[in-house]
Order: sequence, then C-alpha cells, then structure tokens
Amino acid sequence: MQGVKQKALELLTGGKADRVLGWRRGETFYDPTPGVFASAEEVERDFVFDAFCGANLSKYLIALDRAEGVTAVFLKPCDSYSLVQLIKEHRIHREKVYIVGVACEGMCGYDALMKAGIEGVLSFEEEGDALKVHTLYGDTVIARKDALLSKCEHCKSKRIVTYDELLGEQGDEVADSGRFDEVARLEKMTPEDRFAFWQNELSRCIRCNACRNVCPACSCEKCVFDNPDSGIRNKAAADSFEENMFHIIRAFHVASRCTDCGECTRVCPQRIPLHLLNRKFIKDINELYGEYQAGADFDTRPALLNFQTGDCEPSIVHVRGGERA
Amino acid sequence: MSVKTDWKPTIVAFCCNWCSYAGADLSGTNRLQYPANVKIIRIPCSCRLNPMFVLRAFQRGADGVILCGCHPGDCHYTTGNYYARRRMTLLFSMLDYLGIERDRTRVEWVSAAEGAKFAATMNEFVATVTALGENRRLEDLRCKA
Amino acid sequence: MKQIALNRLDELFAAISARQTLLIPQQLENGDAEFRPWSAEAKLYTGLKTSRSAKDAFFPQVENLVGFKVSEQGIELMDTRDEVQPFTLFGVRGCDARSFDILDRVFLAEPVDTFYADRRAAATVVTLACNRPETTCFCQSFGIDPSRPAGDVTCWMDAENLYWQPNTDKGRALTEALSLLEEGEEARAKRVEEDIQAVLKRLPLKDLSLDHVGAGKTKALFDRPEWAELSEACLGCGACTFVCPTCQCYDIEEFKSGGSVRRFRCWDSCMYSDFTLMSAGQPRPTQTERFRQRFMHKLVYYPDNQDGLFSCVGCGRCLVKCPIHMNIVKVINALKEGTA
Repeated sequence: MQGVKQKALELLTGGKADRVLGWRRGETFYDPTPGVFASAEEVERDFVFDAFCGANLSKYLIALDRAEGVTAVFLKPCDSYSLVQLIKEHRIHREKVYIVGVACEGMCGYDALMKAGIEGVLSFEEEGDALKVHTLYGDTVIARKDALLSKCEHCKSKRIVTYDELLGEQGDEVADSGRFDEVARLEKMTPEDRFAFWQNELSRCIRCNACRNVCPACSCEKCVFDNPDSGIRNKAAADSFEENMFHIIRAFHVASRCTDCGECTRVCPQRIPLHLLNRKFIKDINELYGEYQAGADFDTRPALLNFQTGDCEPSIVHVRGGERA
Repeated sequence: MSVKTDWKPTIVAFCCNWCSYAGADLSGTNRLQYPANVKIIRIPCSCRLNPMFVLRAFQRGADGVILCGCHPGDCHYTTGNYYARRRMTLLFSMLDYLGIERDRTRVEWVSAAEGAKFAATMNEFVATVTALGENRRLEDLRCKA
Repeated sequence: MKQIALNRLDELFAAISARQTLLIPQQLENGDAEFRPWSAEAKLYTGLKTSRSAKDAFFPQVENLVGFKVSEQGIELMDTRDEVQPFTLFGVRGCDARSFDILDRVFLAEPVDTFYADRRAAATVVTLACNRPETTCFCQSFGIDPSRPAGDVTCWMDAENLYWQPNTDKGRALTEALSLLEEGEEARAKRVEEDIQAVLKRLPLKDLSLDHVGAGKTKALFDRPEWAELSEACLGCGACTFVCPTCQCYDIEEFKSGGSVRRFRCWDSCMYSDFTLMSAGQPRPTQTERFRQRFMHKLVYYPDNQDGLFSCVGCGRCLVKCPIHMNIVKVINALKEGTA
C-alpha cells in the first residue's frame, strides 16, 4: 500500500494529529515493530508500511487515550473492528483518535515463509500477487496467498467499520470466509478425539501470556491469572488442568466481545490454534442467539450482556448433534 | 470408564439463595431423600456463578457440577438467571468442544416450592454422573494425591 | 573420528537408546520441532532449531521441589524429587550448547542447585554442526562456532554420513559403547565445516558489534533514553524469556490441596508485572524498567559477574517469536547509535 508514510507525514505537519501510531522499520523486512511517532523527522527516518505490518494496533490506543491530544492511527479492516469494540466498552474516546483506514489484501508473516520451507530470507519485493524473496540460498517466489499470516487465511471482512479518512477502497464483509469450517470439523469428531486434539495442542502451552497480552479485548488492568490474591494465579501450568483452565477462561472472558482478529494465534510461539476456541464461542453465539459480530457497530449489545426471555436452555448442549462422551 | 461398585461421585450444586436453596431446604423438611455426596454451595443469584467456579469445582475433585436457580422470569434480581443461562450454555458447549463429558454439567431451575423437584433432580444427576464414572478429563492430579 | 551412513541413523539411535534414554529433535504436526524421546517411528528433525531451547532438558519449566502433608500429628515432609536416569541429548546446536555453560555458572555455583546438577551429571550432550544457519543467527558475535559446536560429542552431517567426534570422557564412553560406528573420514567432516564457515560470512547479523555493551557498562547504559522507545510496544508477555536458552529466572510457588502442599518452581519472566514482587511492592513498576532489566541482565549484569561472558548465545529465537518483533539485536544496535 503506497501513501501510508506520506499520510503520516501529512497528519503530523498539518496538525491533524499530535502523534501517529504506526510501524517502525526493523533490522530486516519481516520485523517491523509498532511505534509512536511524534515528529516528521522520525517518520522520515523510521516509518514503514508493507506486507509484513500485520500487528493490530488498536490495543495501544487504550494507553494513548490518556495522552494529551489526538493520536492518528492506521487501521486495517480487522483492526477497525477491535477499535470499535474498545470504543463501545468506553476504553477509548472516539474523538481522541484520528483513524486512517487502510484497505488490505491480507498480511504476510515470517512464520508462513518458514512453513513454506523458505530458509535464510534476506529481503523481498512485492510483484503483483507474488512475493519475490531473496535468500542466503538463492532467490525464490512465493504466492502472496501462501505467505499470509494465519489470521488472514479466513478473512471475515474487508470493511473498515469507522474511519476519518480512507486509503484505498472500502470493502465488504466476506460472505464465504469459511472461518468456522475447522470448528465444525472438530464438532463432528468424537469427544475422545476432541479431547485428544486439545490435549495435544494445549499441552504445548508455555504460559507466556502472549495470546492474552496481545488481545484487544483483554484489557483488564490486572488479570486474575497475575493476581496473587485471586487464588488462581499461576505462572506456569503445573498440571494439565491449569492448561485447560487458562485457555477456557481466557476465551470465555472475551466471548461475545472478541472480534475474531486472530492476533492470539498469530503471536503464539508454540503455534497453538487459539482462535479455534474463540471461534467456537462466536459460532455458538451466531447459532443460538442470532448472528452477531463484535465491533461491527457502535450500538448493539454483545450477546453475553444481553438476553431474550425465550433463549434456549443450557441443556441444548446435551441435545445438539454429536456423539456423547 | 471403570466404575468401582462402592465409588460415589462428588457433586457440587450451586444454588441461588432465593429459590433453589430454599427448595433444597424444603426437600429436607419434607424428609425427601437425595444422596449425601451432593455438596451445596449457596450463591446470591445463579448469575453469580463465575465460570471459574465450575472449573475450580472440577479441579478440587467434583465429578459433576449443577447450577440451580429461580425459574426464568422469577429471578429475585429480575434478570440474573437470564444472563446465567447464556453463560452456562456457552461454557458447557465449550467444555463439550474440549472433549469433556457433557453429562457432567447441568442447569436446573428449582423454585422455593419445589422441594420434590430438587430431590428428584439430584437423584437423577447423581445417577447420571455415577454412570459416567470419575472425572478424569478435568481433574488436577495434585488434588488427588 | 567416527562416522556412520545416514541411512543407518535409526540403528545408531536404537543403539544409544538401548543404553539410556535418548532425546532427539523431532518435528511435530504443526511444523515446529521439539526434543522428544526417541522411538522406532521417530525421525530426526533436519531443520535448524527446536522451537523451545534445549535448556528444558536440564531446567524444566515446572519442577516439584518438596511436598508437605498436614495432619493432626503435624507436618510430614514428602520427597517429590523425580529420579534422574542417565540420558543422551542428541542434535544440540552450538548456541544451545553454549547456553549450558551459561546456566552452569548460575546453577552449579555455591549453593549448588542439586536438581539441575543431577540432570547435568546424567546427560551426555551430542551436538550437531549447523549446515544451514539462518538469517536470524548471530552466535558468531558471542564467539560461538556453529561449524564446530562444543559438547561431549560433536557431529557433522553431509549428504551421506554423520561424522562423530568425541570430546570428553562421557563422549568417549558413549562412543565405545557404539560398536556400529565406523572409522571416520576427517577430511569430509572438515569440508562440511568449511561450507558452514562460508555461509557464516554471508549472514546479515555477522557484524553485530558488542563493544558498547558488556561488563562495567551499567552506568553508561542504565539511564539511556532509548529504553523508553525500545519498550513502548512491548506487550509484557514472556515469549522471549520462555524460548530463550539462557533465561534462568524462576519463582517458587505452592499449591495447596486441602491436606497437602506441593512446593514447586516454575520459570518466571522479568517481563511480568509480578516479577520479584515483594511485600514492599514491585521494584520495577513500568514495562520500560522490566524491559531494561531483561537486556541489562543479558548484556551487562551477567558479564559483570561472570568474567565478561554474555548471557546471550545468538540463537535468534526471540527474533522470530516476539509478537511485536522487538529483540536483543534491535536493542544492541539502538544503544550503539547513541554512543559517541
């Protein structure tokens, strides 16, 4: 996407924003870090935006909300859902953010290059739908769709929910994203197989808390899992029970507020498909309480902060399809 | 699932203060029988039940967890049980998704006048969980040592 | 020097495994690799690094220390220590091999950590030269030679053979027990070494300069303004510390289950808000201070205490695993820019 850096300069010099939240160039191409830029010189020197700027910047705005003045931010469609959800929860004041929506065709990640077996990456060039990658061991070409971040594989929407300004074209929700296919596949398995599947995944957890800390919906000042007075603080899963507990509670606490931005899975150093827990809640909510997309608007109530007198009973879990344990 | 003949499950029953706890009381004063391995924990409203309580009950040795509250529409706080209903639906569904036996969890609405329903529900739930056997998938081995 | 054809690797592993437990890097379904006990179906992972470091073999994330049973008669102590059996750790890379030295200086210094010491004594470490170093590798900067890694036994691999060079008594004992090893061709191992050396010269991080960090630099670096900008995006997660081969901090916690108490230790991370929490409060109240602690420890405090040895081995795991791509290379370079 061209013009992002130019826009950052413009916003700072034109006085529309006191600071800009964007990406700082890394040592190489796949490692930009989110950063706050206060001056045009800084932007000139360090600002970068390219196919590897996949991080969701919304959560940083909670802290920046306390700073004087307006923060300009660049949001991809999925990031805009997170921001709207945070505004809805009164964690961020809308008027303190100047939102530049950036159209997105899916972001790429180092992990995907590794998975594709590309070793020794040095630099890349975007060539239409492909990435030309220079490596220590020769040049290679990879289709952009094969280099996507895990969270971009089943993009749910190209629509930027709210913005002050738009770079590129506004998009639509993706009707056939297929994002629940994997959840449905798991639901069809026997409870024994599901249990084995999740034990295999969750037992790799090292409790680094990256999934929790990156999550825009996880915005408690002090998490129960860090609080020595909560009685359930644990720094490491000393028993398999604790692996289950952490991940159930983490996903439950954001249920109906989770926008499915997929950051949890992107950051997991152990590559646990954590989004499959969140998507299970979203799928259940859609099926039991009507379609609901967190962060898609400013006024609807999240499903768990709402009810209907005619809601189904919890026993629906017992009567819905699938084998019994 | 090996079930020893003399094995009795531990059941934790979270009961709301206004309806179900009174219902349990009534079943007692009416001399209705339900197994002694049902441990009642009184909570102010069914919606006080944090999902963590359910997990912690399993961790500390429960083989089944049941939530009892006022019938929908009769909540002492007007709407608490409606929220509880959605939460438990999603939590139970998640436990099922993780491969934990879905018959270990249950929600039942029991009013203060339904002593007989309370006893019957507990008898039935204990029988169900007894048939399932010990909770192995959501246990904490350190609590069993 | 010994050698064995690659198509006989399984025989070699079976022979080692018959003698004692053998851990080798194995690929998981998701593409990552981990050290796992060898079995007849196991395949040696041919990629560069395991996702977690090899330190887990000596310093596991969670470990029981002692238990107590509380009764009316009083408190009874329970020995919960796992029995340690001799084992062989095969396929360790040069960076991870150096990390054992770094951990040794902490855990084997007085008072000796007997849990760690038992495992170290029980292990025979077989290292493997890195045929295809990654662009995230910078072990050279710390004086590590990935073409000739240290260890009880050093191995090289080319398209046909595994070359086997015992270095220590433990390594020689293992070698003697493996009669299937043939006489090795030193020249061919040497060729592998030279090929690796050629790649090392082309690595993008090969010129990482460490002159401005190290022992005695506390005053020069502690109050540097760069810490604020470097740490501004840090999420405060522990991914970097938990994949790091040299991070050694742990916390001791107790789990109470009615009648008994389990005292265990588990890894802790200086990135966490409750790291070294005391009754007086948290000595590092903001993420900037916690972030600084991590890098000052690796680049200044540890060298201060250990004859200038850095507590980083350049394995590059944090470069890949950090959710926001902040890492020790960026820190070292940023601190350099500011030095006149």
